Amino acid sequence: MFPAFAPCGDSAILVALGERIDPAFNRRVHALARRLEDSPRLGFLAAVPGYATLIVHYDPLLLDYAAALEWAQQQTRLALDAADETLPAARRVEVPVIYGGERGPDLDFVAQHAGLTPAEVVRRHTARDYPVYLIGFAPGFPYLGGMDESIAAPRLPAPRLSVPAGSVGIAGAQTGIYSVDSPGGWRLIGWTPLRLFEVVDGQPVSLLAPGDLVRFVAQP
Amino acid sequence: MSSLTVIDPGFLTTVQDLGRPRGEPLGLPAGGAMDRLALMAANALVGNSLGAAALEFALAGPSLRVGDCETSGALLAAAGRGFALEVGGRSVPLWMAAWARCGETVTLRSTGHGWGYLAIAGPDGIDVPEILGSRSTCLRGKFGGFQGRPLQAGDTLPLASAPAESYELAGRELPDDLIPAYSDPGGASGVLRDHPVLDVILGPQDSAFTPGAVQTFLSAEYALTPACDRMGYRLRGPVETQNLASLRPGGSEVETQDVASQAHPEKYVGARNLASLRPGGELLSEGVAFGAVQVPPDGQPIVLMADRQTTGGYPKIATVTSASLPLLAQCPAGEGTVRFRAVSVEEAQAQWRALVHSLESLG
Repeated sequence: MFPAFAPCGDSAILVALGERIDPAFNRRVHALARRLEDSPRLGFLAAVPGYATLIVHYDPLLLDYAAALEWAQQQTRLALDAADETLPAARRVEVPVIYGGERGPDLDFVAQHAGLTPAEVVRRHTARDYPVYLIGFAPGFPYLGGMDESIAAPRLPAPRLSVPAGSVGIAGAQTGIYSVDSPGGWRLIGWTPLRLFEVVDGQPVSLLAPGDLVRFVAQP
Repeated sequence: MSSLTVIDPGFLTTVQDLGRPRGEPLGLPAGGAMDRLALMAANALVGNSLGAAALEFALAGPSLRVGDCETSGALLAAAGRGFALEVGGRSVPLWMAAWARCGETVTLRSTGHGWGYLAIAGPDGIDVPEILGSRSTCLRGKFGGFQGRPLQAGDTLPLASAPAESYELAGRELPDDLIPAYSDPGGASGVLRDHPVLDVILGPQDSAFTPGAVQTFLSAEYALTPACDRMGYRLRGPVETQNLASLRPGGSEVETQDVASQAHPEKYVGARNLASLRPGGELLSEGVAFGAVQVPPDGQPIVLMADRQTTGGYPKIATVTSASLPLLAQCPAGEGTVRFRAVSVEEAQAQWRALVHSLESLG
């Protein structure tokens, strides 16, 4: 059943390693992406991680489907066969957060909803490393996994029209960081001065990459 | 080094090439030309590499002045649909290389619906910095192209030096058989222009749909709604019941946690219906390709175009082929209709290779 391979049109192949959110699958996705980036074939364009899948974009003028598929299968086998300890180590990124206050207006709601004090919500939110499963939806926006479900909270009944970049929020059992100003319905518990996405001298810079680990650090 | 000064920017005039796949792992839309064939043809006519950076425009074309010339002018060519080219007041057909003398004004006048392209001779076309392998404008990320934005009056675009023999290419025309079916000068009938049959490769999630839904997809006519832009083209089946939201039971495609559903709840009204149709199922966000036909819970397909988000959570019934994407891109929003025909990956790649090789052989 897995790994499974399917064409996405004439210029991409979808590699599926599983069908659920699982840190182990996701780690293999990133190991495979790294492998493809590090030993590229002529015609390889990019490997974009999903939760349990990887889409491999290629140029059909330089690589036909059969050759692209064979290469993807071979690299997938190598990535799956590799021992855990040989996988690339995840980069750990500390994200300082000012919890509560004007830029974390929903901290009290989340605390009430969880039957905890705001300080305890902050303690639980900062007590874990969160894997960046993938970057998507917006430039530099990380899909983070692994939040303590005791601080889960429902989304706002109606989204805010504008949420500032850097806002840290909770939606259901997920936590996340807004990478750019955008509308949004997450419960905002704090704000980080770090820019998850910015343009420096014309170059796009994403603070996080797929496969990183995020650790929130409470600021006084 | 010559330059182009913007007199009138037109509407949404941006620098585009073949896109920036290397930015996708960081959530940056790939971008690039909506009609890659027109971009490549215009580049081929002026002797550029096919993927050189050119101008793309829609609805209203730009007006530009050629200046700072080190030779007597610049070689250029316009392509696409919906525009007429004038150089120094002289009318020049699309799909033809023309010489603009220094100081002359180049105007792209709108004649109807479509995306237009203007290529200028020079090794890399418009000489803006290459970022992650591309000179395309990324509007969402506000970088790339010319200062990360559409052109404005007064902007001056740098042009790389063109080979001295460029002048000799003026007057060169694209062979008729290479002019796309949507083009008026190509003599195509209205059927080919506004009601094309698009080749698709089924999948990657066609097996999540019932055989009936796949059959509907491959036989029904879909109208382009007015909601078509660089991100995606929203289609609508002609009969409300002819939608594709009849998924195979036990399949596993439901969006559960995309933050987009929070940002735009009005677009996701049907999500609960699908969830109740398929309890326990979920679709995890994954990378998506140019031309992917995603089917949200309302059953009406959306074809993902150049500025699509890099990942998505809806099942994709099929993907439009590279050779057919230009026909879709140039089909008029709110008026045109399309049908889909399944082909193999091998057929699709052979067709695309033949098209591109013909353009390359112009030399």
